[in-house]
Amino acid sequence: MQEKGLFLDRIKIVLGERVLVSTTQHVQPGEVLTVMGPSGAGKSALLAFLGGFLGSAFTARGRALVDGVEVTALPPEKRHAGLLFQDPLLFPHMSVTGNIMFALPETIKGRRERRRHAEEALEGVGLTGMGERDPETLSGGQKARVALARVLVSAPRMLLLDEPFSKLDTGLRQQMRRLVFEKARESGLPVLLVTHDEADAQAAGGEIVRIGE
Amino acid sequence: MLTRLGPVLTIALLAGPVAFGLAGTILPAFGLLPVLGGTDLTLAHIEALFSRPAIFTSAALSLTAGLLTSLVSLTIVMLFVAGWSGTRLFSHVQHLVSPLLALPHAAAAFAVAFLFLPSGLLFRLISPELTGWERPPDLLIVRDPYALSMMAGLIVKEIPFLLLMTLAALPQVPLTQVQRLSASLGYGRVAGFLFGVWPVIYRQIRLPVFAVIAFASSVVDVAAILGPTRPAPLALRLVEWMSDPDLSMRHLASAGALLQFAVTGLALITWLSLERTCAWARAQVATRGWRLRRDASMRAASLLAMVLASGIVFAGLATLAIWSVAGLWQFPDVLPSSFTLKGWMTALPRIAAPLQTTLVAGLLSTLIASILVVLCLMNEDRTGRKPGRGALTLLYLPLLIPQVAFVFGLQLFLIYAGSLATLPALVLAHLVFVLPYAYLALKDPWRAFDQRYDLLAAGFGKGRWRRLARIRLPMMTRSILTMAAIGFAVSVGLYLPTVLIGAGRLTTITSEAVALASGGNRRIIGVYAFWQMLLPMTGFAIATLVPALIFRRFRGMQV
Repeated sequence: MQEKGLFLDRIKIVLGERVLVSTTQHVQPGEVLTVMGPSGAGKSALLAFLGGFLGSAFTARGRALVDGVEVTALPPEKRHAGLLFQDPLLFPHMSVTGNIMFALPETIKGRRERRRHAEEALEGVGLTGMGERDPETLSGGQKARVALARVLVSAPRMLLLDEPFSKLDTGLRQQMRRLVFEKARESGLPVLLVTHDEADAQAAGGEIVRIGE
Repeated sequence: MLTRLGPVLTIALLAGPVAFGLAGTILPAFGLLPVLGGTDLTLAHIEALFSRPAIFTSAALSLTAGLLTSLVSLTIVMLFVAGWSGTRLFSHVQHLVSPLLALPHAAAAFAVAFLFLPSGLLFRLISPELTGWERPPDLLIVRDPYALSMMAGLIVKEIPFLLLMTLAALPQVPLTQVQRLSASLGYGRVAGFLFGVWPVIYRQIRLPVFAVIAFASSVVDVAAILGPTRPAPLALRLVEWMSDPDLSMRHLASAGALLQFAVTGLALITWLSLERTCAWARAQVATRGWRLRRDASMRAASLLAMVLASGIVFAGLATLAIWSVAGLWQFPDVLPSSFTLKGWMTALPRIAAPLQTTLVAGLLSTLIASILVVLCLMNEDRTGRKPGRGALTLLYLPLLIPQVAFVFGLQLFLIYAGSLATLPALVLAHLVFVLPYAYLALKDPWRAFDQRYDLLAAGFGKGRWRRLARIRLPMMTRSILTMAAIGFAVSVGLYLPTVLIGAGRLTTITSEAVALASGGNRRIIGVYAFWQMLLPMTGFAIATLVPALIFRRFRGMQV
């Protein structure tokens, strides 16, 4: 079980009588597993199970391991699941740097050092010098990139993406797809992508699990 | 887990005082009051109660006040929302009325009194030109024997409350669609609303309506200012017996509290049958398909009533403010001929202690209530369950039971425990009434918070308390401060619990102001009423300004 990457071990999620997901999968570091299905099929349930916020209406069995650590046995804040949603969800009461510094692990100490990390992260997504901005004043694409930078600095074990591109317009969408998958590969993170858009699955290039069909 | 303690503590703090209080009220009515040597079961006190002069008139006054106040204020609110919701005028009136929610009942009652007294502002404006009066006539307009002025004082205060409750329920109905649909079927605006939307809204605001009935049928402070005297409404007479130096009067007071309990119960039962009758009548009219298109006069009347209700209070408050600085003010002059700060100078040394008690009791009870409410809501998030009907009724319990009926018993218990007139006891008594309102104020904004912010922060490795302190509370600053402002306003306005638990040794601005009512020194009353108005308003001003100031850099945090 010391294998690298994300291992979904006989996971089965049930809502009432209906089996939503039943799967065993292995996602290598830097690779993407795409879960596809129509809305309402419960594809977000798998993501919620991994993140630790599955609603009490669901019952789930099985476990998930990342690099040999059984994350599904941990409380949400110890799982280090990096989340990206449809909306960038930047904390509106913090500056852009404030958002990123909030996500930085506590092991990085010292104000100056933390600030340096935050600035580097912004550079990495092409937003040099935007740190002091109010997130609300950024464009949609800029917000999405801050959200990506923020999740990457939080040193996650895995990335959980819940239709993260669906609200972006077409040009921006392709650009963000490329950026997200490239960054995930660079950081060697296993990725779980939930989407109903075939183009997302194509761009992800990994294995596809279809549910609810 | 700390959050699990939230609901447990909340329920204990609400149900405990109510249960002990009721027991402490009921037992002495049947002769059981060990402190005073009452150990034998007897019906003598009940009999003594019924031999009191005009006791049934008092009870009838309370019953009528409870029912009529609720009926009139609810009808005005219902027709106003039916006739005007969605218009620009509606939001103007809404902004006019909303601040009145913060005003203590006693201050609103003083406002009505100062406006309608024979020597009040209204008659000064029209005298002597219209009335021919050169001096104030000896008319019983205020404190009339039918309690009409008392009900007016209650109505102007309950309208803002019911309007805000209705507005809170409004987003849960597809208002615009129903309006368009019923209009396309040819229904009048009011009829479309009453048939299509109101039943759903009414279900949401039922408990607040019951609270209004319970409050109005057992009101003490407004009765002391505007109510009739011979006989006075039941609750006011009870309070006199309760504070009688002759301790054996406590048995009589207990028996009276039992009667009050029955009166409020009867008012609620009558209301329930009224509900059925109205529902039946609505069904009759609706199945006949009456379009009721000519509702212009109804709309106009409801608008007029709304504006009048708040206009009376604002005009009255202005009169109070002028009185507080008035020198010589002869009838029928509209304004004083001179101004002086004498009223303020006289009142200031006396006001310091009550002001301090008001602030401390208000801030402490609000702080405790806010913490408990946040813990309860966090626990709801954790379990994923909203409180059921039972829990909600329990939460409303202190508002549905007449205050006299259990605060009096609580007082007896506190005497027994030797903690009457102590600050902790006063804070506890206030907490019982602050908690329900605090919960009601925060529950909807709390549930409207986008949980995904919290999930994100958990993904960044932040524990729940860190998430609460860094993400949720800051993002909800405005809602939390508004809840606190409401809680503080409730505490400032509390009269009966302050009088009974403070026992004259701990007094607040409100209890002092009501005590001044019989004295009739208008300058001093003006000063006290001004403070009553100022304190809650300050709370709301803080709730608006502080978040705007803290988060001025962040556009996403502006309203």
